[in-house]
Amino acid sequence: MSEYALLLPILIPLIGVVLLLLGARSLAVQRAGGVLFSSLTFAASLYLLFAVDQADYLVMQMGAWEAPFGISLVADRFSAVMVAVSSFMGAAVGIYALSEIDEARLKKFFFPLYLVLIFGVNGAFLTGDLFNLYVWFEVMLIASFVLMSMGGEKGELEGGLKYVCLNLLSSVMFLAGAGIIYGKTGTLNMADIGQQLMLAENADWALSSSMLLLVSFGLKAGMFPFFFWLPASYHTPPSAVSAVFAGLLTKVGVYALFRSYTLIFMPLFPEVQNILLWLAILTMVTGVLGAASHFDMRRILSFHIVSQIGYMVLGLAFMTPLALAAAIFYLVHHIIVKTNLFLVSGVVIRMKGSCDLAKVGGLCNSAPWLAALFFIPAFSLGGIPPLSGFWAKFALVKSGVEIHAWWAVTFALLVGVLTLYSMTKIWAEAFWKKQPEDVDTTPAKPVGPLVFMVAPIVVLSISTVVIGFFGEPLFEFSERAAAQLLDPQSYISAVLPQPAEVSP
Amino acid sequence: MEPLIALLIGVLFAAGIYSLLRRSIVKLVIGVVLISQGANLLVFTSGGLLAGRPALVEAGATVLEAPFGDPLPQAMVLTAIVIGFGLTAFLLALVCRAHEAVGDDDINAFDNTDT
Repeated sequence: MSEYALLLPILIPLIGVVLLLLGARSLAVQRAGGVLFSSLTFAASLYLLFAVDQADYLVMQMGAWEAPFGISLVADRFSAVMVAVSSFMGAAVGIYALSEIDEARLKKFFFPLYLVLIFGVNGAFLTGDLFNLYVWFEVMLIASFVLMSMGGEKGELEGGLKYVCLNLLSSVMFLAGAGIIYGKTGTLNMADIGQQLMLAENADWALSSSMLLLVSFGLKAGMFPFFFWLPASYHTPPSAVSAVFAGLLTKVGVYALFRSYTLIFMPLFPEVQNILLWLAILTMVTGVLGAASHFDMRRILSFHIVSQIGYMVLGLAFMTPLALAAAIFYLVHHIIVKTNLFLVSGVVIRMKGSCDLAKVGGLCNSAPWLAALFFIPAFSLGGIPPLSGFWAKFALVKSGVEIHAWWAVTFALLVGVLTLYSMTKIWAEAFWKKQPEDVDTTPAKPVGPLVFMVAPIVVLSISTVVIGFFGEPLFEFSERAAAQLLDPQSYISAVLPQPAEVSP
Repeated sequence: MEPLIALLIGVLFAAGIYSLLRRSIVKLVIGVVLISQGANLLVFTSGGLLAGRPALVEAGATVLEAPFGDPLPQAMVLTAIVIGFGLTAFLLALVCRAHEAVGDDDINAFDNTDT
């Protein structure tokens, strides 16, 4: 029965979308439904997480078609924890959106689209089929395209255009890569492709599609040199939308990269290890330099997404048990912290009408509670002990030292310092300095009570602190998840019915 | 047949990339469409092309005889075409609105959100 836990995080948002479209007229129904269904999804994802932690793998064959022929839904610990933490963000930002998303956007079906986004993200984490992954990516992207540009303001449309075009290109490359690998292996089941590559004496013929997928997922994850769409678009929509994009979308790309090189293209990993390593280092460095050069809170935060993606990919490039565990821990920590920072920037905009650091100031005096709430995620991102970011960076650096990857470790530490620099820049400008006098700070008319915006921030900040102080269970879980990732054979035998016999 | 289609895919990708590199936003859309058609054709061809051998069991027989066209890439490419169609429609609408908002069809005018 517990296989049905796999379906719930996908079905609940879908049912929510349908019901909300039926109740489209009433804005109260939209708001209540959006929060209700995103919270239910979170509850279901927690159930999935527990079920997977007990059963190791949950596999469900859609329509009872056996594995390489039908579409499989698979959850291992890594995908279950990704579903859980992203549904957590979905629920938190759903509540935040109550007080930030205006009536015009609600009437354009903000909440149904928001649920479609969660639906697509969860589907992408849970599928075990390459073409199905492409379809989930598209579900997620079309929802995010509309969410990004639905306000119709100039910045949103411009940012949206760049976002849409580059993501379309990435999808095209994904499709081409999937097509080529199908032509060569005759299957799209990830486990089956992985098995065929492992059994092949020389798997170099899969290199072309692996490279196409690397570029495609790298583009979606915002890796160097494909990240340009990200800082050009993420600061334009409302903060609730930016926050959920920052927390979830690029991480789906990172997840797909992990899945590719720990399962689908596992035998090819030695060929791409150095490429991944240097791409990760360059991603960290360019991202953090971009952040250091900016003076707008949300632009700085957007560049930090890029630089943090580098750390996660670095964990993949090291490919030791500790490094993978650190990367999974890093993903969980980063999703919570980054979403939270964007939510804080939304509160700053609500209070000061802008989050341009030249125009805001004095928040430490006028809203000391907000300063405290910013301090926690910002300095966790910078890696200050005992907050969650410190342990994530510490484990990653330790794993790098163990395999003597000195360059990577040096850059990781250097980038940590620069991250701290730009966080202190926001701190000093927005919170410490006096409010500049000749600036118009009349904020726009608020949509709803402030408490709905602050409550999610408080909850996420508490999670950061809890992970920092009591992170051991989560890290042990990450280690178990990493052990699973390093053992693709068990994934394959969980998905495929009779191993090594089926070869059409 | 396959080499010819492969050549066509190459031409579609090349033409698409050329259009993408132009400065007009309309050519940007044309470029995206051409490239995605190239990818669709690539998926379609990946299963191998066989004329007149549908994957149907003939009357009286119980198994499918060996050389038959793989139907799965066709199903996949249909999905991809439908998705591509929807996205192109959205992209056109977005380009139209962005053109109204920015007031220019030169990509270089779309630099307000850049660094």
